[in-house]
Amino acid sequence: MWRAFALLAVLMSVDAQAQTLVPYQIENGAIATSLTGQPGDPAKGRTIVVERQKGLCLLCHSGPFPEERFQGDLAPSLAGTGSRLSEGEIRLRMVDSTKVNEKTIMPPYYKMDGLGRVAASYKAKTLLEPQEIEDVIAFLVSLKDEAQK
Amino acid sequence: MNRLVALWLVCAALPAAAQDARKSGFAFMGPDTQAMQTDDLANPGMLFVLEGDALWKAPVGASQKSCASCHGDAPQTMKGVAARYPDFDEATQAPIDLAGRIIQCRAERQGAAPPQREGHELLALTSYVAHQSRDLAIAPAQDARLASARAQGAALYSTRMGQLNFSCAQCHDDNAGGHLGAAPIPQAHPTGYPLYRLEWQALGSLQRRFRNCLSGMRAEPISAGSADAIALELFLMDRATGMKLETPAVRP
Ligand code: HEC
Ligand code: HEC
Repeated sequence: MWRAFALLAVLMSVDAQAQTLVPYQIENGAIATSLTGQPGDPAKGRTIVVERQKGLCLLCHSGPFPEERFQGDLAPSLAGTGSRLSEGEIRLRMVDSTKVNEKTIMPPYYKMDGLGRVAASYKAKTLLEPQEIEDVIAFLVSLKDEAQK
Repeated sequence: MNRLVALWLVCAALPAAAQDARKSGFAFMGPDTQAMQTDDLANPGMLFVLEGDALWKAPVGASQKSCASCHGDAPQTMKGVAARYPDFDEATQAPIDLAGRIIQCRAERQGAAPPQREGHELLALTSYVAHQSRDLAIAPAQDARLASARAQGAALYSTRMGQLNFSCAQCHDDNAGGHLGAAPIPQAHPTGYPLYRLEWQALGSLQRRFRNCLSGMRAEPISAGSADAIALELFLMDRATGMKLETPAVRP
């Protein structure tokens, strides 16, 4: 009996490791509430955005990052994002941009299902953790100045 | 009057330019890298071609036959071959790429150990054979039995893959000419392979290039010589029909 119980506990923890997405709701083109229930940290968010292996954002976007060379030119500048979009609109675009533009090239940062041929080492993982996404959002919300370079 | 003539010339030239917007990866490179490709003495790929020339003539395996024993003088007999491949292989009743044909000749007709994909020997022989088609227009094999593999390649090319959810077409059709970070995105024409890539510090095949792009997409690799890899190559060669082969090209 105890054995079966222990086995069950193991199975459940395995299940918890195979990451499951926190549920979220899309309403009026936005995800209004934080994925973690916590606010994000804009300084950490900025670090994620400029990290080439982590956020990957500057592969496509440019923005107010004077220290960063070689910013991409496949997407709009991130400068002024906070004055163009609400927090919830930014969250939807981070979670899964295909919900806004089916043909977008912007990767889905919080999605696991419906992706094909994912490399073994990235399977069942999202591009960013929920709190990392909140950090990025907090940073983008703070980018109010369109003209900033 | 002169103005009018000039205007007429420009207008006459326009439709031709608009018809073919295709550009080799060569056009996306800086002048230094271009010069390295066009000067045979500076092009590191030419060392492999020279090596391939020696391998072509060397007897190997149980048969002690060389490639030349069957095919003679490569500049004549191999001219245009790479421009046609991949082709349909009667023996296996499946599409075969140029490297695959060389492996087959080595193993079955020369009785030698089959050369490894991406290995030095195979790259040297493939670049030697492909070099015999340098400056010739790509002219894909017209064999109806290749049609389904071509369609399979076209489908792969436009399917989103990997954790980043990109398709090849999104970068190479929709965003070619743009910059992914520092890298200019070329149109993915298979005109120069095998080619010397400065980032690799080595010669590599088209199928190695697929592996690079797929790993950037965080997608499962497509192994060299597999049906999927040959299908993609068939599709890209077809898409590049009429463009000139450059083997051995140089890329950044
Ligand atoms: C491979 C390309 C690519 C990457 C990587 C990428 N994006 Fe995007 N992003 C786009 C494109 C293209 C758009 C324009 C809208 C569209 O086509 O969906 C966009 C739109 C956006 C928008 C909406 C902009 C507006 O004003 O409407 C935000 C915000 C954004 N991206 C943030 C980010 C952040 C933050 C990251 C990294 C964590 C990132 N993107 C990574 C391509 C990318
Ligand atoms: C996110 C963008 C992106 C995606 C998706 C992508 N590639 Fe690429 N590809 C590149 C870039 C950038 C280069 C140029 C690399 C360099 O020179 O640094 C390249 C180079 C190539 C080349 C070399 C062209 C030449 O001139 O030698 C080929 C062929 C190619 N890609 C095929 C593919 C195929 C097939 C796929 C899908 C399986 C694919 N690519 C997916 C960005 C991409």
